[in-house]
Amino acid sequence: MRRLFEAWHGFKAGTWLGWQIESNWTEPFLFAIYSVIKPVAGVLILVFMYLLVAKGGLENPLFPQAFLGTTFYLYVVNVLSGISWTVIDDREHYGMLKYVYMAPMHLYGYLLGRGMAKTAVATISVLITLAFGLAFLKVRLSLVNPGLFTAALILGLAALAFYGILLAGVSLLIARHGWVVGDVVAGGLYLLCGTAFPLSLLPLPFRALGLWLPPTYWFEALRRTLLGQGLHAELSPFSDSTLLLILAGATFLGMALSLWIFRVAERIAVRRGLLDMQTMY
Amino acid sequence: MGTLMGRMLLGEIAVKTEELTRVFRLRKREAREGRREILALDRVNLEVCWGELFGLLGPNGAGKTTLIKILATLLAPTSGRAWVAGADVVENPAEVRRHINMVCGGETSGYGLLTVEENLWMFAQFYGIPSREARRRIRELLSLVGMADRASTKVYHLSSGMRQKMNIVRGFLTDPKILFLDEPTLGLDVQTARTIRDFVRQWLLDHPDRTILLTTHYMHEADELCQRVAIIDRGRILACAPPAELKKALQRDVVFRLYVEGIADAKNLLDGMKGVRALAQHMEEGRLSVDLILSEEEALVSVLSRLHAAGARLAELKKEEPTLEDVFLSLVGRKLSEESP
Ligand SMILES: Nc1ncnc2c1ncn2[C@@H]1O[C@H](COP(=O)(O)OP(=O)(O)OP(=O)(O)O)[C@@H](O)[C@H]1O
Ligand SMILES: [Mg+2]
Repeated sequence: MRRLFEAWHGFKAGTWLGWQIESNWTEPFLFAIYSVIKPVAGVLILVFMYLLVAKGGLENPLFPQAFLGTTFYLYVVNVLSGISWTVIDDREHYGMLKYVYMAPMHLYGYLLGRGMAKTAVATISVLITLAFGLAFLKVRLSLVNPGLFTAALILGLAALAFYGILLAGVSLLIARHGWVVGDVVAGGLYLLCGTAFPLSLLPLPFRALGLWLPPTYWFEALRRTLLGQGLHAELSPFSDSTLLLILAGATFLGMALSLWIFRVAERIAVRRGLLDMQTMY
Repeated sequence: MGTLMGRMLLGEIAVKTEELTRVFRLRKREAREGRREILALDRVNLEVCWGELFGLLGPNGAGKTTLIKILATLLAPTSGRAWVAGADVVENPAEVRRHINMVCGGETSGYGLLTVEENLWMFAQFYGIPSREARRRIRELLSLVGMADRASTKVYHLSSGMRQKMNIVRGFLTDPKILFLDEPTLGLDVQTARTIRDFVRQWLLDHPDRTILLTTHYMHEADELCQRVAIIDRGRILACAPPAELKKALQRDVVFRLYVEGIADAKNLLDGMKGVRALAQHMEEGRLSVDLILSEEEALVSVLSRLHAAGARLAELKKEEPTLEDVFLSLVGRKLSEESP
C-alpha cells in the first residue's frame, strides 16, 4: 500500500518534470521546431516519396494509410524511445539518476510519469500533423467507431510506455551504447510494423517478424477506425474486436514484462554500480 | 551480535556495517597494474549512533564514496552486510530510502532548465512533502546558505559553487533522519566551504536526533565538525575515535616539522632509523619540507646528524602539536593528501 503511494508520488513528479523538460515553453522557437516543424517535415518526405514513385501520387489509395501510420509513429519515437532515453539523460546529462533512484518513490512510477509527459507533447505534434494532412494533403478522416478508436489509442499508448520502460532497463545496462538502443528499436519498428507501406512489401522473414510486433496491430486498428479500412492483407481476417483483443494482450504482456525486466535490470545496475556511471564525459 | 542487535532495536545505532566488502571487477583493458579486481572496501565494521556527526577521513581512492553508495542503496556490497535506520540495505532498500538523503560534492548535477526553486520543489515531491511545506523549507534553507535571491534563477546559470549549495539544500530539504555528505565542500572556495560547515553544524544543533555521515579528505574539516572520525585507507578502517582521542594517542610521540636545503630526499636517509615512527616529505619553494613523527625526542639528535652528514643544511625546525594529518601519517605512512596507490 505504502509502495503504491510512493509510486504515485513518483508518477506525479515524473509527469511534472517531464512536462517542464519536454515543453520548454521558455524557448518557443526550439519548441516549435521539435513539435511542429520536425513532424511536418517527416510527412513532407513521405509526400515527396509518393509524388516521385507512387502511381497517382497523393491520389494513390495507399497514401492516407502511410500518412496515418507515419503520424502515429510519432508516438513510437516520443514515448517508446523517449522513455528509454530518459534514464540515460538523467544519469549522464543531468547527473540526477542516482538521486531520483534514492528517493522513496519507485523509479518505475517516475518513468511512467515521464512517459505521460512525452505522450502529451507527442499528442500536440500528432494533432498538428493530422491538421496539416487534412488541410493540404487531401487526407479524409472519418471517425467510424469512436469507442474502438479510443480503446485502441489508449491501449497502444500504454503499451508504448511499458515497452519504453523495458527498453529503459536495457539501456541502463548497455553501458556505452545506451543512447542508441531506443533509436535502433524505433527505426526497426518503422520498417517492420507497416508504418508507411504494406507488410506484403517486406521479405517473408521480416513480414513474419512484423506480425509479432504490437505496433503493427495498433496502426491497423487506428487505420480502420479513422480511414474506414486497414492496410495489411495479412490482418484482414481479424475482426475489429480480435484486433483489440490482441492489442490488449500485448499491452498486458508489456506491463508484466516491463515490471519484471526493469526489476532485474535495476538489480544488475546496483550490483555493477551503473546508476551513477558517466560514459559521456 | 546479540547485544548489537539489541542496541539497534533499542534504536541507538543509526548505521551499522558488518564485514562490509566491495570488489570492483575491471575489464581487461581497464586493468590497473595487471590487477583486474579492485578491493574498494575491505571488511569494514562501523557503527554510527543516532545524533552523531560521524566523519570518514581518507585520501583519494580510499573507498569513502563506495561506502556511502552502499549505504544509500545505490551499490550492492560484494559481501558483508549493512543496516541503515534498522533496515538492511540489500534486503529492504525501500525502507532505507525513506530515512536518508545524500549530497555529493564536486559534481554539477541538477536539471538545468528548471529554476533553483523548481528543482528543489520537485525533489520534495519525490519524498511526498506537501507543496506548501516544501516551499517554506526551500525559502528557509536557501536563505541559510545565502542563496535567497537565487530561487528563480535557472540552474544552468548558476556557478558550480552555487550548484553545490543548491545540492546541499536538496539534501537537507527532506529532513532525513540520516544524511550522507560525500565531500560536501570539495572544490569550494574557503568562504563558501565555511558557510557550508557552519550550516551543517547549526542544523545538527537544531535537529539533535538527526545523524550525519560525512566523508572528507580535509583533515581540519573532520577535526572541526565531527564527533567521531574513522580513518580509512585502501578500503580498510585503520582507527575510529573522537578526533581528540586520535590525537592523544600520538601525544607520547613527538611531531617535528623541519625544512632542509641541499638535499632532495630525506626519506631513504631516515626511514628505519631508531626512534623514527613515520615521515613524509615534499618540496616547498626549493626546500625540502619533512614531517617527522618520533617515538622519543632524543631521536632528533641522530636524525639531525645524519642529515648533516648527507650535506643537508637545516633551515627551520618546529615542534608541533599532533594534528589528524599526523595521526594519518603515523597509521598509514603517507600523508592524507597523497593518493592511495
Ligand atoms: N565503478 C567502479 N569501477 C571500478 N573501480 C571503481 C569504481 N568505483 C570506485 N572504484 C575504485 O574503488 C576505489 C575506491 O573508490 P572510491 O570512489 O570509493 O574512493 P574515495 O575514497 O571516494 O576517493 P575520492 O576521495 O577520490 O572520492 C578506487 O580505487 C576506485 O578507483
Ligand atoms: Mg569519493
